[in-house]
Amino acid sequence: MALTAETPRIVADPMVPRVGRIRKRVRELSDVWTLTVEMDEPFAFAPGQFNMLTAFGVGEAAISISGDPARPGEGLIHTIRDVGPVSHALSHLEPGDYIGVRGPYGAGWPVEVAEHCDVVILAGGLGLAPLRPLIYEVLSGRKKYGKVALLFGARTPTDLLFRPELEQWRRRLDVDIHVTVDTSTEDWYGNVGVVTTLVPRAAFDPQHTIAYVCGPEIMMRFGAAALRDKGVPDEAMYLSMERNMKCGIGLCGHCQIGTVFVCRDGPVFRNDKLRPLMSVKEL
Amino acid sequence: MEGLERIVKEHPFFAGMKDEYTNLIAGCAKNVRFEAGQFVFHEGEPADQFYLLRSGRVALQISAPERVLTIQTVGESEIVGASWLVPPYRWGMDAKALELTRAISMDAACLRGKCEDDHSLGYELMKRFMPILIQRLQASRLQILDVYGAHS
Amino acid sequence: MATDHVSVTIEKQGLQSLIDILAKRGYRVVGPTLRDQAIVYDDIARVDELPAGWTDEQDGGTYRLQRRDDGALFGYTVGPHSWKRFLHPPIQQLWKAARSADAATVEATPAEPERFALFGVRACELHAIAIQDKVFLHGPYVDSHYKARRDNAFIVAVNCGKAGGTCFCVSMNTGPRVSNGYDLALTELVEGGKHRFVVEAGSDKGRDVLAGLPKQPASSGDLDAAKKVTEKTAASMGRSMKADDVRELLARNLEHKRWDEVAERCLSCANCTMVCPTCFCVSVEEASDLAGVESSRSRRWDSCFTMDYSYVHGGSVRSTTRARYRQWMTHKLSTWWDQFGTSGCVGCGRCITWCPVGIDITEEVAAIRSSEPQ
Repeated sequence: MALTAETPRIVADPMVPRVGRIRKRVRELSDVWTLTVEMDEPFAFAPGQFNMLTAFGVGEAAISISGDPARPGEGLIHTIRDVGPVSHALSHLEPGDYIGVRGPYGAGWPVEVAEHCDVVILAGGLGLAPLRPLIYEVLSGRKKYGKVALLFGARTPTDLLFRPELEQWRRRLDVDIHVTVDTSTEDWYGNVGVVTTLVPRAAFDPQHTIAYVCGPEIMMRFGAAALRDKGVPDEAMYLSMERNMKCGIGLCGHCQIGTVFVCRDGPVFRNDKLRPLMSVKEL
Repeated sequence: MEGLERIVKEHPFFAGMKDEYTNLIAGCAKNVRFEAGQFVFHEGEPADQFYLLRSGRVALQISAPERVLTIQTVGESEIVGASWLVPPYRWGMDAKALELTRAISMDAACLRGKCEDDHSLGYELMKRFMPILIQRLQASRLQILDVYGAHS
Repeated sequence: MATDHVSVTIEKQGLQSLIDILAKRGYRVVGPTLRDQAIVYDDIARVDELPAGWTDEQDGGTYRLQRRDDGALFGYTVGPHSWKRFLHPPIQQLWKAARSADAATVEATPAEPERFALFGVRACELHAIAIQDKVFLHGPYVDSHYKARRDNAFIVAVNCGKAGGTCFCVSMNTGPRVSNGYDLALTELVEGGKHRFVVEAGSDKGRDVLAGLPKQPASSGDLDAAKKVTEKTAASMGRSMKADDVRELLARNLEHKRWDEVAERCLSCANCTMVCPTCFCVSVEEASDLAGVESSRSRRWDSCFTMDYSYVHGGSVRSTTRARYRQWMTHKLSTWWDQFGTSGCVGCGRCITWCPVGIDITEEVAAIRSSEPQ
């Protein structure tokens, strides 16, 4: 008897997106929007994870989740800067429009390691968006942590992301919030200076601190250096990396930095692992 | 006088300095306060003081026609003024209090004189000034990079 | 089981029977054939489509076909193609989407039920397939298209009777004799006017197919001759690379001046990545109709030598050729170990042969090595 053709075993294809629908679109800054996406099923994620979002007919981009992991009923929330064709199309989706979602992917911010420690959250520019789920989680379990400081820098006062929420957080007495801008005009009464200048101003015990850093790569490099100068070891710092991603699941090769895939091994890395990779130019 | 000595000694800028020196330095010190909006000094004026902030915030600014550019703001525990260290001892920018600011003002000529008399004191002061100046230089470089701009 | 290792010999016509049986069982048989002055992998139906009596001469940046003085069917080494073009094709549609005002559907492109019989797979290529298996099948996410093709493939391996000018499988411990991962393995014996093949089965599928072939038991003399074939090949490798510590060697030489030197020669043309049997990188692209109602996503082979490859908002992470060559070579020989627990290089030599300027990975390793105190 001849061997018959075996039917291929079909495995769910991780490259195929689920369909969601835009529930809400809010303009955060001149070129930044926050989209709330309605999914058919509850969408669980961890702070710092990202999704691959598809604007049908245009393409796909890796976008971090900026919503509250404890409130899945709110919908799936992403904050997107309009910088390229895909992010432009994504950020211009209107309520009722369809969007493709794959994820959540990647290793996010480890929150549990910060229990009983002081917490420093160092954000630059749009880097506050991937940190927001972590901030929600830390604030909702505030008693588990020592001092909590949020240090946030942006380009100008009009580039400060989530300003209303920053004001809300500032009203809490249990969070030390410092905000600075790189350049300003006279109508700004807040701090001026790069975000690294905030590190010496925050109150925390460097030996018992976990730091979470997100922003442009140069900002993170100098931010980590400022934390190190203050005595925070690399082993206690977590940074979130951005690289070109086509698959999000370690199969396309694009996001490699030396030994790691940012999508699979990150995007959040502990700095003792990341720093040797970052110290090699163009790795 | 004893109060000033204590205030000088407790300011983070002088952390770890020998009592002998802080007592000496306190002789050049006085307490000052600036209301919100009040200028601490103006660009081009003689740099005859330097300030150790105790509370409040001060903006370092450069005025150009029709706009005022704030380079940096400094706050509690930080210092304002480095031009008193190098000739011709004139301020390179404006300093304006953004809120009620209390500070220790140091008489520059007095301080320079004490440093000339005792170079060890001068060296102790330099060791405290240089890191701050380097940090501020570095911060200015980062500002120039415009890390949040189009090429980040 | 002793029967697992029973070897037989078949005649040249027996190979035709093998192709016929595979075709009858629903396999699309692909194997080496002559095209565009090269030996490439394509559909074959008849034994005489194999490059009988041809061989190839390979060196850095050089590939030339030549006649042999016998009628050997496998008397050459590997050409510009590798089997990844069947298991991990250059273009693969992933899904199609359709949108209307009140519905949007995404339909996964089915993993093709196409069943390939890969005919004439070399030892280095079996290792390359095993390496891609690690990437696509053994990580946290499985590539469904690769899996469907891989699960259904039938592999007819060939032990190499000739070493190419750019071959270094002995250094990489990947050949020239196949060890596992095949359904059937052939060793071609051309001697004293006789042309036969020693055949070994490596799987139940292989044994089942073998049962239907006209064959003779292999004598100990046949087996001895088959062993000598690969021994001779192993002794005549065109290239070599000291590979036992190359992972560490490259990892500690990321700022070596040799990267600048190779960058002066490298054209960033991406040939090495296209011909490499383990390179797996892809990009994705979107196609849509004019009305924007239907769209589809495909993936396409990509290369770490392009500027777009590492583009993030603001520019490319690896904007220099130096960085891109370093990425490719250190990935193959060093960081692949960190990522997949194996080397990413099998010593097939394609990247050397098909480099338009003849950059030689073995020479680059040797140059970096020689600069270190021994």
